[in-house]
This record gives sequence, structure tokens and C-alpha cells, in this order.
Amino acid sequence: MTALQAVILIIVAASGTAVALTRDPTRQVILTGLFGLALAVLFFVFQAPDVALSQIVVGSVALPAMVLLTLRELRRRASEREDAE
Amino acid sequence: MSFLPFAVAAWLLLVGLYGVVTSRHLVHLVLCLGVVQASTYVLLISIGYLHGGRAPIFVGITVGTPAVDPVVQALTLTDVVVEATVSALLLAIALQAERRFGTVDPDAIRELRG
Amino acid sequence: MRRRARTALFLVAAVVLAAVLVDGLAGLPAFGHFHGVDGRTLDHVTVRQRHATDVVTAVNFDYRGLDTMGEEFILFASSVGLVVLLREQRADRQQCPDDAGGASGDDGRDPLLALVGRWSVAPIIVLGVYVVTHGQLTPGGGFQGGVVLASALITLLITTGGRTPRTIRRHGALEALEGIGAGGYVVIGVAGIFAGLQFLSNFLPLGTAGALFSSGTVISLSTVVGLEVAGAIALIVAEFAEHGQTPGVGS
Repeated sequence: MTALQAVILIIVAASGTAVALTRDPTRQVILTGLFGLALAVLFFVFQAPDVALSQIVVGSVALPAMVLLTLRELRRRASEREDAE
Repeated sequence: MSFLPFAVAAWLLLVGLYGVVTSRHLVHLVLCLGVVQASTYVLLISIGYLHGGRAPIFVGITVGTPAVDPVVQALTLTDVVVEATVSALLLAIALQAERRFGTVDPDAIRELRG
Repeated sequence: MRRRARTALFLVAAVVLAAVLVDGLAGLPAFGHFHGVDGRTLDHVTVRQRHATDVVTAVNFDYRGLDTMGEEFILFASSVGLVVLLREQRADRQQCPDDAGGASGDDGRDPLLALVGRWSVAPIIVLGVYVVTHGQLTPGGGFQGGVVLASALITLLITTGGRTPRTIRRHGALEALEGIGAGGYVVIGVAGIFAGLQFLSNFLPLGTAGALFSSGTVISLSTVVGLEVAGAIALIVAEFAEHGQTPGVGS
């Protein structure tokens, strides 16, 4: 195993731990973006460019957009409920 | 040292499950589920790796050169895209739960039953 | 069960699971020494048998095409479920007149950002078409290219802070795109039966390896999957974005 592979594996493990242990969803989305990027580099280093391409487009475009739009809707409902009270 | 990829996969699985079990926000739960999914990708890609192997693309490269296993890559790459869609469905269910129970805390939803 | 008791129970179970995992994973071939017969055979024969230089795409759409059909139907089902849930929530909301006054905050309409967003739609679509159609030659294919195509709409929505353009929404273009993609896969598979072979056989002419139109049905299946993935993901993000809009505004 090359040193690069070992370093990337450690980074993936560390960012995955950070994603799971962060409570606030908004912060977690940023960390998920970083985790996805680390995973994509891991896939590249393990000679899997197709998978890396897939992970990059999903983890940096599609997934954060979906989660952030959900959080926006939840915030909107919360503020609506406050206005009604 | 050569056990490191499998150890990382096992660690991500356990950490993600811990995040799911102790979650207090449904969206946080969905993202922790994403970590669990990532552990399976790491495991699959690590299984298929070959020392000195190249990517299984043969543009301008003679066919005999050793390459890593393409079957696990095919499995992982469809999985990455499909699981993102399933996560989106889970987010929609979270929105539905919020509408129905007024909260996104899994523990609070359990208490509101009945 | 109270939270603390649940966490304690989980930690006990996690230790047991960790032990089982370590025991199981230790039984795998050592990292970097996996000599799977299928993988090595495919690496050697794909270029000659299917005239495709990207073995992973050929595996996805030819050697394991049935598996991919199942995966794309998972995607189809998830997006349909999501659309049903979110549209029902929106219909509920529009029946409550109190909600109509709720502000959705600022739309984020920075003019420069909106301009860049609109101008980037065309290059992203061209890139998406390139990735989809060159799947059998270089890294790419239906799944990756489909998400790139969907990200054209996502970029537009995020930079303009608005809703899906009216023409697309009214005519159900995204739903149609997704349906054509999902059904098209099965149609191409059935066409294999009509050609006298089995379901999902590669019956089109194989061409020369390295040329664009090579490897038979791989490129057609890749294209329909690209359409489906693009339609599904664009539809999902459009539904989420629609949700955050003030009801009754525009239409």
C-alpha cells in the first residue's frame, strides 16, 4: 500500500467520524461535502476513475442541493409557525 | 498495515450507526446513513484493488497490462447515484414527518404516538 | 426506551459487531492480492468481445445489464415516491389560506450570479452529453453523465433562487424524460428478443474499438439511463425547490 493511499484512508475515516458526530445539520452538510471529496480522491487513488466521477458529481452537486433545500423548507415552516403564534 | 482499508470500512460502519442511533434530527440521521453507505463503497473498492494494477480503461493501452477488478467498480458506481436518490426520498419522508408531528426529533416523534 | 439506555445497548452491540466484522474481514484475501477470476477475465476479453475500451461501462450495460435495470428502477421508484409525497404536501398547504402570507425570505437574486448561472446551463449540458455518449471509451456513462445533465438545472435553480422554468414545469418535461429513460431500457432489452437472441443481448453492430459508435447496445442503454438519471435528479431537486416557494405566487 502506498503512503498516499494510507493518508487518504485516514482522512476518509476522520471526516466520516466528523460527519457522524456533528449535531447541527447545516454544519454537517459542509462536512459531508468534504467527506465526499475525500472519498472521490480515495477512489482515484485506488484506480477507479468511473466511481470517482460518480462520487464527485453526486457528492458535490446533487446531495448538498437536496439537503440544503430540505433545511430551507424546515426553517420556513418553523418561522411560519412562529409568525402564527 | 494492509488491513487498514478494511478497518476504515468497519470503522465508518460503526461510527455511522452510532450517529443514526443517537440522532436528534432526522436530516442528521439521513446524512449519517450516507456515512454507512460510504463504508460499503470503501470495502468494495478495496476488495477489488490489485498491487501495481491500473484502471480498467484500455484506450491506447495494450490489453494484457494488469488492471484492477472492474466488477466491483461497476457495482459501486451505480450504487453511488442510486443511494443519493434514496436519501432524497428519506428527506421527503422527514418533511412529511415534520408536517404530521410538528417536530424533526426522532425521540419526540416516538412520544407523540397514539 | 430512554436515550441513555439505548446508547448503552448500542455500544454493547457495536462491540460484538466490531468483533464479527474484524473476524470476517480478516478472512478476505490480503489487500492488493485479490485475484478474482471474473474481473481478470473481463479485463482481458472485453476489448475484443465488445469493442469497448471502458470495461466498467461494458460490465454495467452488457455483462451485468440486468443488474443495472434493477438499479435504475430503484431510482425510478424513489423519485416517484418523493414526487407523490411532496406534491401532496404542497396541495395541503395551498388549501390553508393562513400559509399564503408566509414569507419565503429573499430569493437570493444577485444579478451577476443569476447571469453566470444562466450562461453555464449550455456548457454543462454539452459536458453531460459528452460524458454520457463516451461512456464505452473513457470513464463516464449513463449514471455519471445523467447527474451532470441534472446539475445544469440545479445550477440554474441555485443561482437564480427561483423555481423551475415554467415551460418545463407545465409540460411535465422532466417526468417524461425520466419515463422515457426507464421504459427505454426495457424496450431495448425486448428488442433483443425480437432480434432472435435473449433479453438484453447485445444485438447491434459492434463497430471498431475506440470509435464513438462502438460496442452495440452499450451506448444506447447508456443513453437511456443518462436520460432517466437526469430526469429523476432534476425532478427531485425541482420538487424540493418548488416546496420552498410562497404558494400562489406566479404559476
